[in-house]
Amino acid sequence: MAATRMLSYVEKDTFVHHLSGLTKLIFFLAWCITSAMTYDTRILLVMIAVSLVLFVISKTQWKQIAGVFKFILLMMIINVIAIFLLSPYQGCEIYHSKTVLAPFFAGHDITAEELFYLFNVVIKYFTVAPSIFIFLVTTNPSEFASSMNLIGVPYTVSYAISIALRYIPDVQDDYHRIKNAQEARGIEMNAANAKLSERIRRTSAIIFPLLFSTMEEIDVVSNAMELRGFGKKKKRTWYARKKLTKADYISIAATLAFMVFALWFTYRDGSRFYNPFA
Amino acid sequence: MDPIISFKDFSFQYRQQKSPTLKNITLNVYPGEKILITGPSGCGKSTIVHCINGLIPSSFEGTITGDLTVDGVKPKDEGVFGMSKKVGTVLQDTDGQFIGLTVAEDLAFALENDAVEQDEMKERVDKVADIVDMKHFLHHSPSELSGGQKQRVSMGGVLVDDVKILLFDEPLANLDPATGKKTIELIDRICHDEHVTVIIVEHRLEDVLWRDVDRIVVMEDGQIKADEDPDHLLCTDVLQKTGVREPLYVTAIKHAGAVIDPGDKPQHIETMNIAPYREKVRSWFESTKPKVRENSNENALEVKNLTFSYDGVEDVLSNVSFAVKRGEMLSIVGKNGAGKSTLSGLICGFNKPTSGQILLDGKDISPLTIKQRGEKIGLVMQSPNQMISKPMISEEVGLGLAVRGVEPDKIKEAVNDTLKICGLYPMRNWPVSALSFGQKKRVCIASILAMKPKILILDEPTAGQDFRHYTEIMEFLKKLNREMGLTILMITHDMHLMLEYTDRALVLCEGHLLADDTPARILTNDELSEKACLKKTSLYDLAMKCGIDSPSEFVDRFIAFENERKEA
Amino acid sequence: MDKKKSKFGIREVVATGIGTALFVVLTEVQIPIGIPNTALQPRMAVLAFLSAVFGPLVGAIIGLLGHALGDALFYGSVWWSWVFPEAIVGIAIGACAKKLKVRAGGFGRKEAVLFNVVQIVSNAVAWILVAPVLDILVYAEPANKVFLQGVFAWLGNILIIAILGTLLLLAYSKIAGKSSSLEMED
Repeated sequence: MAATRMLSYVEKDTFVHHLSGLTKLIFFLAWCITSAMTYDTRILLVMIAVSLVLFVISKTQWKQIAGVFKFILLMMIINVIAIFLLSPYQGCEIYHSKTVLAPFFAGHDITAEELFYLFNVVIKYFTVAPSIFIFLVTTNPSEFASSMNLIGVPYTVSYAISIALRYIPDVQDDYHRIKNAQEARGIEMNAANAKLSERIRRTSAIIFPLLFSTMEEIDVVSNAMELRGFGKKKKRTWYARKKLTKADYISIAATLAFMVFALWFTYRDGSRFYNPFA
Repeated sequence: MDPIISFKDFSFQYRQQKSPTLKNITLNVYPGEKILITGPSGCGKSTIVHCINGLIPSSFEGTITGDLTVDGVKPKDEGVFGMSKKVGTVLQDTDGQFIGLTVAEDLAFALENDAVEQDEMKERVDKVADIVDMKHFLHHSPSELSGGQKQRVSMGGVLVDDVKILLFDEPLANLDPATGKKTIELIDRICHDEHVTVIIVEHRLEDVLWRDVDRIVVMEDGQIKADEDPDHLLCTDVLQKTGVREPLYVTAIKHAGAVIDPGDKPQHIETMNIAPYREKVRSWFESTKPKVRENSNENALEVKNLTFSYDGVEDVLSNVSFAVKRGEMLSIVGKNGAGKSTLSGLICGFNKPTSGQILLDGKDISPLTIKQRGEKIGLVMQSPNQMISKPMISEEVGLGLAVRGVEPDKIKEAVNDTLKICGLYPMRNWPVSALSFGQKKRVCIASILAMKPKILILDEPTAGQDFRHYTEIMEFLKKLNREMGLTILMITHDMHLMLEYTDRALVLCEGHLLADDTPARILTNDELSEKACLKKTSLYDLAMKCGIDSPSEFVDRFIAFENERKEA
Repeated sequence: MDKKKSKFGIREVVATGIGTALFVVLTEVQIPIGIPNTALQPRMAVLAFLSAVFGPLVGAIIGLLGHALGDALFYGSVWWSWVFPEAIVGIAIGACAKKLKVRAGGFGRKEAVLFNVVQIVSNAVAWILVAPVLDILVYAEPANKVFLQGVFAWLGNILIIAILGTLLLLAYSKIAGKSSSLEMED
């Protein structure tokens, strides 16, 4: 019954699935950091290529990710248009040149630099997305918390993630149940012609009961966890932690090596941009 | 032998309360015993549980006087963590207690917190999964489990620590009757096989007595009213006086004018010696009047060949047809997942049927939106906290009218009328938070009634309520039904409710309508009860043992007799 | 150790976890305001509420985790430059948790004013300062575009928190601090 659009873990028998959650978490973080730091087109393209290979290896099916992929694409198109309209020469500033390909309208000439810059914005964005897909779709949620704990996040905070994942379906069911019941009383959230203040009032009619039953749930769960000794020791072990294998060590090493190389390659000339116009 | 739990002149007062919740309790529990603590809501029975597991005074603050020793230590000194090695607590809310993402992780939770190494942890989890019979579900997530299975995981999650004492806080509250029976069997098995001391807190006495208990402690108003073995206790009038429902067969024998002797072992109807009471019960049966209640009204609601599926593959409901007459009070029963909530969801329009028709007053309602249906069919959810969205009572009751754009004067009038009907008028300016559970339930019902629906659908109207609150809520619904001619449909697990308050019951099982008959006939039908996970009433056994040929007639007359006494 | 424990004890862990779940689920709930691609986010009001009740650490983590997880699960991507500012709002509101007295039942007019001043200022820091700066640093996006975006986000967030957040706190404070002077009326 839960929302179908949400990404979720699917159990499969592949190399990527067998890797420990820790490895995939490190890959995910390394990918996010590298992608944030670099703007070198060549590095970004390599990262996308690696991600595509991982999609194939992990047997990720198109339908698993089609919904969110289309959404990202839409967001990117809107973003690209917004940038072009508001700042048509951002690319020229970055690459220190201006090659007008075609005049468009007043003050909005189409330049090669702007197009190349927008292309970079898009691929930069698409380097992060696959690592998130892979992390969420191939990592058993049970491993999230123990992996976070391994990279140094305190176990109390790590466990909060586990609780969040555990209760998302419950809260979602509650939300739909409350929404239905309130709708039957006449409180429609999506009424097209309602005023803004009215819409907020209606939304509050669903959030009130949802939030207040959540507050009660927090009390119950806290007591239940305390009764079973959560937080009594400085350390905690994890039932679902996967032992690291040779493949994990190699993957982690390769990931980190790539990150170091990518950053060196990017910054060796003092600029994070690859400039084909120079 | 020394007691494993010993209360000596023990009192406890919660910080925010004016008077003590436990008053001078003296109680000894011996190793290996199985004790039932019962009493109405607010009698202090759950407080006793929290005193033993140490949540009092560490999480619930207050003042303790007197003495409590559990397995040689004092809980207030040991704290919750110290006690968790000795005492396992299974809470009423199985969803709240299920913390792990999967069964295995939840079973391992206490071990993880104790930093037990993974290999040993896996071994111990396997062992305990075996004890609670969840071995094949280790990698299931809680959303894939039934209420009964989640509860078994809760039990496993505390047993994994080799505790000496198991505490159960209302273990039957959220279970269907058949699952409840299995729970009681499992508790019994664990008590014997694992040599633990068991304390069950529950007001559903008859269901707990499905297996032997050593003693029953009856509490009222913070004090112990009785502490006796079941056979003796059932022969007294302590239960009736404290507002705990005694087993129906015991009540029936008492109605027949007989005095039960503890020597006849009234703890279980199956093994009780009925011979001394047979004649009295038979002559009482013949002297009472049969129940007549006819309803020749037109159909208020008609469901024709209703089929529904979420995914287009598996039918959650298949080909269900029935009709409800105006002014009827009807129950919908069946185990969790049988399709009861799906059915009410289809009637209210939350989902669209795959095929079939729903008629209201003879008219097809498929073109109506959820909101339009809501004006004719009111739905009351199980938990009032999931419905109440305004802080003040009168605002909450008027909400449905306000969003429909009714004028403020008219809203006020309608709200006041409704509040008067529901007995809430004197509290109209109170915040909802000041109300008891039963009163909140009435606010929810009032907020629906203000829209003047023709049909009321209630999901588990009395779940988790003690006998007094149950009676309060149900008598209120009965009043609405009789005085306003409201048609009422109730989804319930409670066999008593179905017998006492409804004229007819629909039995759903795996999406099929298995039966549409009087509750008395359904609950005296062995095969049907088994299939739909209902629990055959003990009145049936009594009737059979007394040689009465028509057990359903016996049940009907018993209910009629009880109702007459209630009204008198 | 003990001091640290009292700041992030079991209740805080659970509040963070379930609060994050709530934040993630409410990602779906958006109130459109007529401007394309912009909507009020009720989840912001819930973040403000939970921060005000449970303090800065809980607020910060729900902000970070909820935003990252919600975006990842629903949109398959995480815009990190917009995740970190979320934590700023949580921390700022959470830092006045004691003064707001929500759980003690003392959230009244004075506290509501404080709450709103803090939320308006911290949202400004988060969305008009930090988020655009991060966008420029990380994505090299044009300044005028990201600041414009930031101002819109700021307006939307302060509006929903001012209305819905304040209402939630007032109502919960009433429940938490049970009033005892109720009388039956005829």
